[in-house]
Amino acid sequence: MKKVQFKSSYSQYLFLAPQLGILLIFLYWPIIQTFRDAFTMQDAFGFGATFVWFDNFLFIFDDPAYFIAFKFTIIYSFVITLITGSIGLLLAVQANNVMHGKSTYKTLLIWPYAIAPAVVGVMANYFFSERFGLLYHLFHELWGFNWYESVFDSYIYVIIAGSWKQISANFIFFLAGLQAIQKSVIEASMIDCKNSFRRFWTITFPLLMPTTFFLIIINITYAFFDTFGIIDTTTIGAPSGETRTLVYKAYMDGFRGLDLGSAGAQSIMMMLIVLVITIFQFRYIEGKIHYN
Amino acid sequence: MTRFITSSFAHLILLIGILVMVVPVWMIFASSTHSSSMINMNGLQMLLGDSFYENYLRVLLYQGGFFKEITALKMFFNSFIMATGVAILSVVTSLMAAYALVYYRIKHATLLFWIIFITILVPLELRIFPTYSVMAELNLVNSYFGLIVPISASAIATLFFRQFYKTVPDELLESAKLDGANTWRFFVDFLIPLSKTMIVAMLIFMFVFGYNQYLWPLLVTTSEQYWTVVMGLKMMSGSIVHRFAFVMMSMVPPILIIILLQKHFIKGVFQDK
Repeated sequence: MKKVQFKSSYSQYLFLAPQLGILLIFLYWPIIQTFRDAFTMQDAFGFGATFVWFDNFLFIFDDPAYFIAFKFTIIYSFVITLITGSIGLLLAVQANNVMHGKSTYKTLLIWPYAIAPAVVGVMANYFFSERFGLLYHLFHELWGFNWYESVFDSYIYVIIAGSWKQISANFIFFLAGLQAIQKSVIEASMIDCKNSFRRFWTITFPLLMPTTFFLIIINITYAFFDTFGIIDTTTIGAPSGETRTLVYKAYMDGFRGLDLGSAGAQSIMMMLIVLVITIFQFRYIEGKIHYN
Repeated sequence: MTRFITSSFAHLILLIGILVMVVPVWMIFASSTHSSSMINMNGLQMLLGDSFYENYLRVLLYQGGFFKEITALKMFFNSFIMATGVAILSVVTSLMAAYALVYYRIKHATLLFWIIFITILVPLELRIFPTYSVMAELNLVNSYFGLIVPISASAIATLFFRQFYKTVPDELLESAKLDGANTWRFFVDFLIPLSKTMIVAMLIFMFVFGYNQYLWPLLVTTSEQYWTVVMGLKMMSGSIVHRFAFVMMSMVPPILIIILLQKHFIKGVFQDK
């Protein structure tokens, strides 16, 4: 904290009020309602709600579809993190190595970051449609690809659609991380270690750890939440619910099924997952890596 | 010689990366300049056709038939209002909140800090129905206010501004105090000019964030008059080339902003000097 500050006075509340007001009305109020929904059950005509303790939670644990969505979300975030992280890192290392055209490469690689997931999904649709989708036909020739029926193939579809634009985000952050490493460290390591491959893994990569862990969190959050637009414009959960993320399932149960109790319980489960990931990051990872 | 090989290798990898990014978008663009019958017979195209003006003008302007009540032009207008609103509202409120958190000796500072920052863990997707019912109770469904404000309820920019203020040397406030600046003057005359890069970066970030919203506009607009471009993708009908044209146009504003302002964006987010 600052050593020099203004004394506490009414004016501090004027500065805080706009954001706090918006957060209280449009964030805390809905969150309280989420908890209320999760612990109550609406009667069939929507006139009232009864308090049902953990019944909504027990229902979702009994629902095989919930575990299918859970499994898919975990696999999806893991694979997306792995693919976009490694390709992003590979591109960033190469862009950092070249002498000429560094900024041109940068410009040509960062723009997909700006495209909305829903737009990416619609585009992916054209490449995976049975009628004229190039990738559909290529994969179909190779191993009989058919995402309408095969779970594995539908995974491939949404993983490609979901990874494409996220490579850019990983590229930007890794490149910034690489450029922040001091030249003298790299030059010293060049004298000690002639093998550039080994040099990368023993010197450069450990120095990139803060960036890597930051990106892991960013990618997991992306796969959990931002991919809604991708799922909704590509498989819509095809073949039969195997490519629904937890967010997508909660939305469908709440919107199509009008089951707000279940949607609320599912939201709270996701809040818990996010909380666990965050605590894990702060407690475990932040303590183990060295900045600078 | 090894130097030449490694550098050629680097260029090759980067080139492949760029092709993976550019080719899909180029193919949709090239295909959007053909006629529907051409696409239906021959699939996606690599080369430009001659129906560019015809297709794009039709998508932008024609009302009725294609869209029932709204033109794509109106959707762009709505998206622009929404994205600008989100950017300005969230950046201004965050700028102020971060100021109070860093520059005041506040009682319960830790509590306030957590009340604001824990919200980062609860994205809109997790509270979408209750947020909708709050909006319905406040009678804000089908309004620009309803599109903008819940998306602006975000403390991400506050986190960035707080980090930035903490790096500002204490001497700045000391000398400002000597000059007789009060809290408001210090904020407006000293701190805001100093945060310009960060402000621009956050405006870009939040604009793209607002423009790219999909789920929330889908839920909160039942009247076509408030449809945005990105949600319109789901709603639009029409022939295949018109869809291509719509997809292409939908990605132009955020891409243009990122490319034109990339220096400011990267400078602000990474605090490059």
